[in-house]
Amino acid sequence: MAVLVQADASDIAGRLRTIALPRHDDLRLSENGLVMLRGRVGGDGAPFNLGEATVSRAAVRLATGEVGFGYTLGRDGEKARLIALCDALVQSEEFAGALEHDVIAPLRAELHARQAQRAAQTAATKVDFYTMVRGEG
Amino acid sequence: MYVAVKGGERAIENAHRLLAHARRGDQRVPEVTLDQISEQLGLAVDRVMSEGSLYDRELAALAIKQARGDLIEAIFLVRAFRATLPRFGASEPVDTGAMRVQRRVSSTFKDIPGGQILGPTFDYTHRLLDPALAEGFVPEEPATADASPAATPRVTDILGRDGLIEPSPQAEDGVPVGDLTREPLNFPADRDLRLQNLARGDEGFLLAMGYSTQRGYGRNHPFAGEIRFGEVEVEFFAEDVGFAVPLGAIELTECQMVNQFKGSATEAPCFTRGYGLAFGQSERKTMSMALVDRALRARELGEEVLAPAQDEEFVMSHSDNVQATGFVEHLKLPHYVDFQSELGLLRKLRQEFAEANDAEPMKEAAE
Repeated sequence: MAVLVQADASDIAGRLRTIALPRHDDLRLSENGLVMLRGRVGGDGAPFNLGEATVSRAAVRLATGEVGFGYTLGRDGEKARLIALCDALVQSEEFAGALEHDVIAPLRAELHARQAQRAAQTAATKVDFYTMVRGEG
Repeated sequence: MYVAVKGGERAIENAHRLLAHARRGDQRVPEVTLDQISEQLGLAVDRVMSEGSLYDRELAALAIKQARGDLIEAIFLVRAFRATLPRFGASEPVDTGAMRVQRRVSSTFKDIPGGQILGPTFDYTHRLLDPALAEGFVPEEPATADASPAATPRVTDILGRDGLIEPSPQAEDGVPVGDLTREPLNFPADRDLRLQNLARGDEGFLLAMGYSTQRGYGRNHPFAGEIRFGEVEVEFFAEDVGFAVPLGAIELTECQMVNQFKGSATEAPCFTRGYGLAFGQSERKTMSMALVDRALRARELGEEVLAPAQDEEFVMSHSDNVQATGFVEHLKLPHYVDFQSELGLLRKLRQEFAEANDAEPMKEAAE
């Protein structure tokens, strides 16, 4: 799910189209709300409230009974529903393999490629210090 | 006092129509899109998210567009929007130590593990206006280098290993995290509430307060131990799921100020700290926040509270630009009745003054 929350809804939907999906219903229609984001004093101390973020959530049930929950930053209810659907599929013996292979793995590869590119661009701005030689004997 | 008045509905409606027209500007010029604001005015979006206290780039961009670029008005719009949504709960505290760092500098150690990483920064630019940017500018591809997966530990953790800096205060069992959006502010306020207040506080106000400490009003000898900017992942304990679920990644800036020592007969002297954290790339904001956070610890550290930046009631009561703008700008609403009574009083006083003065010369003459 950590991969899906960082993907676009349209990319998840596109990947899901390659799977013959089982029948499923919305157990809970997507709903937008807020989550208070917390930091820690000094980065590693007691928690404090930093500020809120918009979050969308949904729940989906497969005809075979598996229930999936979807939570994601933002207000894209369709994305929350797709994540919930994936969460249900991953619990299904029949679909878990296909979901990993056809949906999550390629999205993970794209996410890692984006992160690697950013890391490489960042690395180029790392400072190389050199020591000035002082002219004394 | 503001007294409600009726009337002027048509004028108000027409004023809003005129505002919409003025907002759009010359219609031969293409309309600015939310994507353009989010991508090309990204730091304005970061500021509106921070002070609007709501992480949502698209909403912040919309607010900036609606507010015609008036960031405080945009922050007001975002705050009003957040009041319309239910709260699902609070996230697990984010781990800034695990940040995917895009920038990370320390002014205290040259050779920090993980290195000094400049990232996208205005630092070392010449601050000369660039005419090439006026139109059709295509930037060069960024340079790339081998990104070794070296850890980037916090500078304060490195100092902490030798006990040279005070450890961060840990949570006390059973004490809920203070939330000033839920309970009214009381003084003295704990550090969690102070940091929440500063995190959503006005950047200009915090900058001035932080600056005042550097100029001697509550001096505490700061060093920028570390400033880091990058992405952290957010997790949320969802009750319906029964465990913490990932929500996605957000960009944060963190500043660790390292300040002058404390110590006592029983405790070895060590550096003290101030902390800043904000949404997006908000370096000036987090640095100012860390300076003010440290100044506000005066009482806790046994320092004399003499300067405005050390006075938590002063700082926390005036840091919020939505509150401040509300009270300042309400002065332009009709105060006709109030003013009439002031006017009446003034006339009476002037009359008394005139009568007293008219009486004086006669008295003199009689003598």
